[in-house]
Amino acid sequence: MSSEILLDIAGVNKRFGGLQALTDVGIRIARGQIVGLIGPNGAGKTTFFNVITGLYQPDSGTFQLGGKPYSPSAPHEVAKAGIARTFQNIRLFGEMSALENVMVGRHVRTRQGVFGAIFRHKAARLEEAAIRARAQELLDFVGIGQFAQRTAKYLSYGDQRRLEIARALATDPQLLALDEPAAGMNATEKLALRELLVKIKNEGKTVLLIEHDVKLMMGLCDRITVLEYGKQIAEGLPSEIQKNEAVIKAYLGGAHE
Amino acid sequence: MALLTFDLQHKPRQARISMAAVLALMLVFPFVASQFGNSWVRIIDIALLYIMLALGLNIVVGFAGLLDLGYIAFFAVGAYLVGLFASPQFAALLESLIYYSPTLGEWLVALFGPEIQQKGIHLSVWAVVPLAALVAGLAGALLGAPTLKLRGDYLAIVTLGFGEIIRIFMNNLNDPINFTNGPQGINMIDPIRVFGVSLAGEQGSGGMVDIGGYAMPSVNAYYFLFLFLCIATIFITSRLQHSRLGRAWVAIREDEIAAKAMGINTRNVKLLAFAMGASFGGVAGAMFGAFQGFVSPESFSLTESIAVLAMVVLGGIGHIPGVVLGGMLLAALPEVLRHVVEPAQQALFGTVIIEAEVLRQLLYGLALVLIMLVNPAGLWPSPNREERPNAALAHDEQEGAKA
Repeated sequence: MSSEILLDIAGVNKRFGGLQALTDVGIRIARGQIVGLIGPNGAGKTTFFNVITGLYQPDSGTFQLGGKPYSPSAPHEVAKAGIARTFQNIRLFGEMSALENVMVGRHVRTRQGVFGAIFRHKAARLEEAAIRARAQELLDFVGIGQFAQRTAKYLSYGDQRRLEIARALATDPQLLALDEPAAGMNATEKLALRELLVKIKNEGKTVLLIEHDVKLMMGLCDRITVLEYGKQIAEGLPSEIQKNEAVIKAYLGGAHE
Repeated sequence: MALLTFDLQHKPRQARISMAAVLALMLVFPFVASQFGNSWVRIIDIALLYIMLALGLNIVVGFAGLLDLGYIAFFAVGAYLVGLFASPQFAALLESLIYYSPTLGEWLVALFGPEIQQKGIHLSVWAVVPLAALVAGLAGALLGAPTLKLRGDYLAIVTLGFGEIIRIFMNNLNDPINFTNGPQGINMIDPIRVFGVSLAGEQGSGGMVDIGGYAMPSVNAYYFLFLFLCIATIFITSRLQHSRLGRAWVAIREDEIAAKAMGINTRNVKLLAFAMGASFGGVAGAMFGAFQGFVSPESFSLTESIAVLAMVVLGGIGHIPGVVLGGMLLAALPEVLRHVVEPAQQALFGTVIIEAEVLRQLLYGLALVLIMLVNPAGLWPSPNREERPNAALAHDEQEGAKA
């Protein structure tokens, strides 16, 4: 495992009106690792996610990806820089086929415009064929290749989650950010998801993961960061986090005084 | 409908046969129809222009999902462009300018020369069509820019306002400088000339157009031009639909936030949708102006915007053959009513009880209500992709998984 830092974020503050949602939060992720972000409900996990991926504008903070600073001012810029995400509540392009959903993910890495679309010259045809081939490959990779032509909204819940991951992978991300990918899944589906995440890791991708299922996280993550009330309260190996007093207190409540 | 399929992606052979059949029908139509009088061909001429409009609006509303209630403004831009650059109107403009600001006026007269000062500018159709596409496209992007953050109802209200602004501009831009000749409209617009042949027929020919020794009525000549433009529009819009760009539009329609997160620059892609849609409206408008020989602000009211939107919605939003069908039905219907309903009443009751115009409004409303009740996706919606045999069952499963 190389120890090169892929994502380095520090000093993020975010305030919504009277609520300080994030206070001086940071995260460092080494390339090739799976890093978990946990915390009780309302701890600011998703807010932090949205700041990293450009959906929310932070009040302050420094952002570096692969050693270069990136600006989280617009989501499409973040995607271009190399961070792709999924959503807690699945956000697929419902009326499009599964294949088309993944093809949209290739948008940021391809370039044909109006001219190419109308005249379909050689470069446009080649690019289109490459987009299609890569999309099918990714569907096969996440295990729903046989549903390529099915309308996304008619896929089963677990397959929709997989499709979202395939779509995110289509942007060729350096970092794949998953917001509660196991939410609403049963035990079997969670096991399959776990296998998929390991497979993605073995491809050399780095994964940042928000999840509630502690069992899943402990076995899967290389490191875990814990948030509570918008502050980072712990960071370390899963085994360290398991024994951390502050974490236990955050999840189970402190002893009565 | 079941016999015809235009799904080139999945059933290429049937789609080609259907296209050839429809094309053959369209080519024969004017020769048959003109036997019963030129007015029938004229109706279809106008319908073809409306189909172009509906196809352009379909890019904005159908593909990108941006509800635009002011689309007729771009039709107006095209029509007034040909009014200004292919009629004596430019002479009137210069005259008013000289009156208003002699120095600037004289300078412009010196720039353009005395002939333009007396006769106005008379550009050929080959210059006007690209110009109309360009200017309308720019207008589309310009009016689209302030609406980028709006969605749904709010977007509809703002675009509605823009549509009205353009119409009111056309109505009032005759003073102090006479751009549009105000409510009187611009008259004596040149007919379209293709390879030196005027499609309105030369003077004294009685409205017959002579093409290579073969004479046909003027409306037929226009028919073929409009048919060609319609086919070009269908070709371009369908190619756009099945491209990287078309997918980006649909992605924005389906979920704008997810589209952004997938790296689509939604601002640029939406502006492009507005501009592309508007440019087709502009070309249709230029054709309309030249065909009628006259434009006035009355032709570009809110009801027209709604009519074009109704064509898209009734036919099958986002599905090109459906939009063409909707355009054909709703554009031809009022004219057919006018020709049929009043004479029929006259014959039956000896008097006209319901005027065609009133009946048209009634049928328009009824048609829309019915289609929304029976088949909200339109008369001819996109063919569904492979689905589960029982969509309701799939839905239940999905609900079950969430619970």
